[in-house]
Amino acid sequence: MSGYEARFEVWRGDVEGGGLEDFRVEVNDGEVVLDIIHRLQATQAPDLAVRWNCKAGKCGSCSAEINGRPRLLCMTRMSVFTREETITVTPLRAFPVVRDLVTDVGFNYTKAREVPAFVPPADLGPGEYRMTQEDVDRSQEFRKCIECFLCQDTCHVVRDHEENKPAFAGPRFLMRVAELDMHPLDAAEDTGLDRGRTAQDEHGLGYCNITKCCTEVCPEGIKITDNALIPLKERAVDRKYDPLVWLGSKIRRRS
Amino acid sequence: MSVVDRQEWDVVVVGAGGAGLRAAVEARERGARTAVICKSLFGKAHTVMAEGGIAAAMGNANPGDNWQVHFRDTMRGGKFLNQWRMAELHAQEAPQRVWELETWGALFDRTEDGRISQRNFGGHEYPRLAHVGDRTGLELIRTLQQKVVSLQQEDFRETGDHESRLRVLQECTVTRVLKEGGQVSGVFGYERETGRFFVLEAPSVVIATGGIGKSFKVTSNSWEYTGDGHALALLAGAPLLNMEFVQFHPTGMVWPPSVKGILVTESVRGDGGVLRNSEGKRFMFDYVPDVFKDKYAVTEEEADRWYDDPDRNRRPPELLPRDEVARAINAEVKEGRGSPHGGVFLDVSTRMPAEVIRRRLPSMYHQFKELADVDITAEPMEVGPTCHYVMGGIAVDSDTAAARGVPGLFAAGEVAGGMHGSNRLGGNSLSDLLVFGRRAGRYAAEYAAERSEGACPHVTDAQVDAAAAEALRPFSAEAEAGEPGDGPPENPYALHQELQQTMNDLVGIIRREAEMKQALEKLAELRVRARRAGVEGHRQFNPGWHLALDLRNMLLVSECVARAALERTESRGGHTREDHAAMDRAWRNVNLLCALTDPTGGLAATDPVRGQIALTRERSEPVRPDLLALFEKEELVKYLAEEELSE
Amino acid sequence: MATGTEPPATDPRPPGGGVHTPTRAAIRAPHLRTDRWWLAPAATAAGLLAFVVYSTWRAFANADYYAAPYVSPFYSPCLAENCEPMRAGPNWEIFGSWWGISPAIVILIFPLGFRLTCYYYRKAYYRGFWASPPACAVAEPHKKYTGETRFPLILQNVHRYFFYAALLVALVLTYDTVLAFRDEHYAWGHMGLGTLVFLANIVLIWAYTLSCHSCRHIVGGKLKHFSRHPVRYRMWQLVGKLNARHMQLAWASLLSVALADFYVYLVASGAFDDPRFF
Repeated sequence: MSGYEARFEVWRGDVEGGGLEDFRVEVNDGEVVLDIIHRLQATQAPDLAVRWNCKAGKCGSCSAEINGRPRLLCMTRMSVFTREETITVTPLRAFPVVRDLVTDVGFNYTKAREVPAFVPPADLGPGEYRMTQEDVDRSQEFRKCIECFLCQDTCHVVRDHEENKPAFAGPRFLMRVAELDMHPLDAAEDTGLDRGRTAQDEHGLGYCNITKCCTEVCPEGIKITDNALIPLKERAVDRKYDPLVWLGSKIRRRS
Repeated sequence: MSVVDRQEWDVVVVGAGGAGLRAAVEARERGARTAVICKSLFGKAHTVMAEGGIAAAMGNANPGDNWQVHFRDTMRGGKFLNQWRMAELHAQEAPQRVWELETWGALFDRTEDGRISQRNFGGHEYPRLAHVGDRTGLELIRTLQQKVVSLQQEDFRETGDHESRLRVLQECTVTRVLKEGGQVSGVFGYERETGRFFVLEAPSVVIATGGIGKSFKVTSNSWEYTGDGHALALLAGAPLLNMEFVQFHPTGMVWPPSVKGILVTESVRGDGGVLRNSEGKRFMFDYVPDVFKDKYAVTEEEADRWYDDPDRNRRPPELLPRDEVARAINAEVKEGRGSPHGGVFLDVSTRMPAEVIRRRLPSMYHQFKELADVDITAEPMEVGPTCHYVMGGIAVDSDTAAARGVPGLFAAGEVAGGMHGSNRLGGNSLSDLLVFGRRAGRYAAEYAAERSEGACPHVTDAQVDAAAAEALRPFSAEAEAGEPGDGPPENPYALHQELQQTMNDLVGIIRREAEMKQALEKLAELRVRARRAGVEGHRQFNPGWHLALDLRNMLLVSECVARAALERTESRGGHTREDHAAMDRAWRNVNLLCALTDPTGGLAATDPVRGQIALTRERSEPVRPDLLALFEKEELVKYLAEEELSE
Repeated sequence: MATGTEPPATDPRPPGGGVHTPTRAAIRAPHLRTDRWWLAPAATAAGLLAFVVYSTWRAFANADYYAAPYVSPFYSPCLAENCEPMRAGPNWEIFGSWWGISPAIVILIFPLGFRLTCYYYRKAYYRGFWASPPACAVAEPHKKYTGETRFPLILQNVHRYFFYAALLVALVLTYDTVLAFRDEHYAWGHMGLGTLVFLANIVLIWAYTLSCHSCRHIVGGKLKHFSRHPVRYRMWQLVGKLNARHMQLAWASLLSVALADFYVYLVASGAFDDPRFF
């Protein structure tokens, strides 16, 4: 089938500044946007910086914004655009830019460290874990996450408000809290760690106004909002806003 | 010369895939201050692409399984060329390594009674692969990543610094392993983001950089797989073992062109998928080799019964080891019975209900839907062989993972050779990473502890300057025109494409003497031209520069593959010679070792014919009698030479 | 927004926060989306606004809400003395004669509260009315954002109490639907077009109410081990299936409740005669 010449605008620059640069580039049948970026590198802009790795939607490296939407470069087929369309590719706009399409995603690694790790049950050794499939299903869904950070990029809490970054873990890491809280053998509670409560108190769950952009952009199709964030909010309600529960815990503490 | 950031560590791990992270975790838990260097972001390593599972004889699905059975399968799969002690350790320790992952938070798919579910795979006698849908590698890497984070949280509580004992340097590339007095003294590298150089001084260096697939055009490997670790070891004076054995996975995507080579997991066949040619025939029944004749089904009916009743039926031939299936597909296509885009058909749509397919093979469903517009629940996939794995690698000591000839250098994972012999079984890779990653970490930490009492080797400024000059060479490629072999600056991307084409066409799945000689000539030419590979722009995140530096490694490794392949005049596992089509028992105990012709590690433009690599033959250690006793005599006869049997 | 024909130029860094924070890629446009991203929030806002206007009119009208055997869902249960008498209907005079204004106000608080704090409606009006954010990756116009961390939005956490109340309201509306199987002389065993309208409405009301995220949490979502509670696990799965359609159910039930009310209005005001089937 026939190839054609597409019009591309790619943001080039660094933290000092930059702009959209025009390219005309060949497109062949079945290609994805990352193929086109690679063609630009090989033929027109050898130093065009882009992060990528597996090119199969499994590693989550090539996150960028295409026509203003956060997407994976390797999973966006050229066939979703018309031939006349100018395709704009920019770096993620919620994170500091490094160069061209590469951003500094260190925010996410900082947040990852703030979520206390899985606590193994004290009485079980390796090989003694017994968990049923229905008990691991929920956490397994969240572990499909490839850490492309598109949800973190699109979430307006930090995208539009840099100042919220210290207080807000972002959808990916709130989902991590949910994953651990739903893990059938996580023994955090035995160590005095209440994950449901810390979601609200330490990871900024309250900032989330469940507008679902994280779910919309997730390339793995994880129902972040419905299955992780809202259940987490409900768990926080259990701990903090349910007067019956609150009363119960008061009485228990007294007796 | 430029001022270079220097840090001191006990153990430096190059590579943050499964093996690297497992090594780092082990070294840190044994008290060594450990730094991990990875080329991409933390948690993006190629391990995420492993799909099928981790082979470990836990016996959850079939209580008849144990390490001896696993060992036998591994040796058969590798056609008895395996470094048998590694295969033994691997089979024995894999279950522990998998269970340990659970205590770090991994969530595998479960059996009815709540244990880890295990699935069938090619070459494994019993269902043996612990898995999570078809994204097991992701689970593995994420679990290790989170284990690293949890250790860092521990360190933070004790020292106030997350990185005091375990640090991950992301998006950094190592270009040289440095030595002093024959011992490892550290590594030299650059940060991709800034282009700044750094030196990590350490008595122990673990190489865990994975494979070499990016030297081939059609490959399931990511950009990182440029054979860096292989080249680093060579340059440091450590030999590479049996580099001719390159695994072509039988099922890669063949269409559209831009995704050609992307892996289609073996689980598709393990769960019931079948291969058909354009005539609709399940052709694998015609390709069962003699050594496996009595282990595989003869009729489709028997093969189909096996999925439900494996004890009384033999397995379908689609589940032969990968080399056999890849060759069969190659032959079918060559004889004109291929699919429209030059592969064969892999069909699950007629074998399982759509909903089961979506549940068991979610990422395959997703991958074909998104990238090829193919609904695998309704139509067959088109698949063909793709370069997937290199069995050869750094020659190591089986128990300690120490590289031969260079004290302080260790290697684990795909970059280490020996474990898989001439062909790796599916699922044995992830378990290999864990078993030998841990061993490398342990012995690297112990080695460092012995050295830290004063006698630590150091990195000299001259070494740093030399390494920096080498790394900066692509920026002055033009200025150096006028040297021998001068010419215009070369585009590194074009060189890379030529290299990939050469290896794919001339040293690919089926090999011929004349073609390999031609490949060596072409490699010599590319080597000369690669010295003129020039780059535009500056050092900050400049992919052209990175590629120009990686070319050195790919060229070195490619030459190893081509020379060893030319030398081995037989067909075995991942090495198939058209002109020597049979397996030759006389080659069974012969190892081919690659070393640099220039032992100082220099890379001057050497004689194109002689090249940079010297080959030596070596007789491998005889298999221990008690391990040989695990096999029937009739089977051993097929593999072992007369004199080996009589011993 | 940048167009494809402009020569490459280095944008001077636009001042401001959010996507214009100095460390981020210097792109002047607040967003680069080329699709009709504004359509969804605009349609949402229009739909919600239409309902608000209609329901305000009807709630304060205090008339035409009963046409035997049908009572408008806006006025059910009728808890004040000034309600129209409904034979065997849901008028319980808990509020005395002091309540002067429309009796709808007493009861509408609950379904309104339920919908106002509903996780789906929150998304809808945060996007549609508050533009926070208007659409994904489209910059929101607000300088500061604290989400649901403080008063008053922290009150959204009371959703589950409105859920309990909504259950009671749904029960009453079910009762109303049963009553709709009478004729205008209160004889049982009859059915008219209005009965069908009521039936459709109550099915949607129940589906919407039970598909609520709080409900999903309460029936089973809060558990750590499904395997130890097989019945609750089944319920959680059922509610989960409904929950996946929460948005559709929210709109469908909003429409149906307005339609049911409008139908009663038409019949009560004499504009339309309820066709009787038997």
